[in-house]
Amino acid sequence: MVKNLLITENLNLWFGEDHILKDISINIPEKKVNAIIGPSGCGKSTLLRCFNRMNDLSGARIKGNIVLGGKDIYKEKIDVYDLRMKVGMVFQKPNPFPKSIYENVAFGLKIKGIRNKNLINEKVEQSLKNVWLWDEVKDRLHKNAFDLSGGQQQRMCMARAFAVGPEILLLDEPTSALDPKSTNKIEELIVELKKKITILIVTHNIAQAGRISDFTTFLYLGKLIEFGKTEEIFTVPRDSRTEQYLTGKFG
Amino acid sequence: MKVREIKEFLGINILRSTIIISMVFLILFLLLIFIKGFSVLSLDFLLKAPKNGMTEGGIFPAIVGTFYLTMLSVIIAFPLGVLSAIFLVEFGKPKWFINIIRTAINTLAGVPSIVYGLFGLAVFVTLFNFKVSILSGALTLSILILPIIINSSEEAIKQVPYNFREAAYGLGASKRQVIIKIVIPAALPNILTGAILSVGRAAGETAPIMFTAATFFTRRLPKSIMNEVMAMPYHIYALMTEGSFPEKHVPIAYGTAIVLLMLVLGINLIAIIIRTKMRRNKKW
Repeated sequence: MVKNLLITENLNLWFGEDHILKDISINIPEKKVNAIIGPSGCGKSTLLRCFNRMNDLSGARIKGNIVLGGKDIYKEKIDVYDLRMKVGMVFQKPNPFPKSIYENVAFGLKIKGIRNKNLINEKVEQSLKNVWLWDEVKDRLHKNAFDLSGGQQQRMCMARAFAVGPEILLLDEPTSALDPKSTNKIEELIVELKKKITILIVTHNIAQAGRISDFTTFLYLGKLIEFGKTEEIFTVPRDSRTEQYLTGKFG
Repeated sequence: MKVREIKEFLGINILRSTIIISMVFLILFLLLIFIKGFSVLSLDFLLKAPKNGMTEGGIFPAIVGTFYLTMLSVIIAFPLGVLSAIFLVEFGKPKWFINIIRTAINTLAGVPSIVYGLFGLAVFVTLFNFKVSILSGALTLSILILPIIINSSEEAIKQVPYNFREAAYGLGASKRQVIIKIVIPAALPNILTGAILSVGRAAGETAPIMFTAATFFTRRLPKSIMNEVMAMPYHIYALMTEGSFPEKHVPIAYGTAIVLLMLVLGINLIAIIIRTKMRRNKKW
């Protein structure tokens, strides 16, 4: 029996007059890789950004509920900053801060108010090990993060999100700016990470969703078309639009 | 030759000649100042006070005065300007209010400097009763350079890529933390360049300090910011308008101009070096 960690109920979202997400109700199971797929402009990134309330920054209007571990994250009393530590995010383009690798990974801990040097060192090491980067960077932790390759930068960004101990990791097309070799490594990493954490990944790459995800959500024009086990959706889609998208008829 | 080729030939050479004309004027300008002022330059000129009715000695008090005025004005204007820029970029709401502030800043930037002098006289010297002093002069100069610092800081802050902010918000940073830990450090090289360029501007202005800080002659160096001082630009002005021995005073005025030019040039050079160094570390 899979436990649902994240539930959305009749989620609607508008940017100004544009109705971006329409009545979306899904259950995100715990410690699985959940892929969100769909053609450009279908709202998949916007949906992802609902889960850590990043849409707040661009003035989105939201109706409906999003419940994380039994708590509605759009209730007034919730601490958004706390939420964003619990729900980590990695973006499409690797976006390290213009600081050292160490400072990048320690950033979240420092803004949390942690001052204990040993604890920070330990967490930085742990987080970098989690993303298989430790051996590659342990001798140059204090070098600028921009000196890393694109793939390394992206894994460092994952480590940075990891350091503050999230329950969920949101990945917004994390490999779209990377070469095949780095992509491969990150895919392997994602599969490994689901032992510890719930993963939501938005991807343009249908094959990628097929390779690494346990569950797939297909969005089209802001609507949820289909949600289910990846193997079922990829082999016997219930909706004709899903089948057309997966076979490349549009998208 | 075809018409098209003739047109091209003419076009390029018109552009070339405009550059040459402006270069000729610049070189002529520097050359004349050096020829007229070179004779008085010496170590004593830099390190001694004027004597014998300004016909001999150096300009040390004026160098010190300009240094104090400039530094104090930047110390006042820098935090004000940078904080205003942060407000304008990061908290700029509502839009109409920000537009009014921007217009005010740009108008301020366009006000003739003598008007600043009158303003400083009315407000700092008379109303606040700071008298003719370094403080009054520096406050007047700080208003003059405020728009420069605000505009350059604003540009610097705007240039910080949005994805740095996004990454920081995504890690649970508050707006204050994003600004202090990410935006300001990333914008700092360009903010500093703007500030250093404004130092050059403050050092060279005459009109704002004429009524508020500068005196024609004082043998002693200022003991506090409530003293009046000699200053290089005003020294030049005074020698040229009130000097009764032109054959002695004019070369001293040009000599002072050379020192002032070198100072401003040096400051700009520092700004350029800082910028190049920091840009080399900047990978975004």
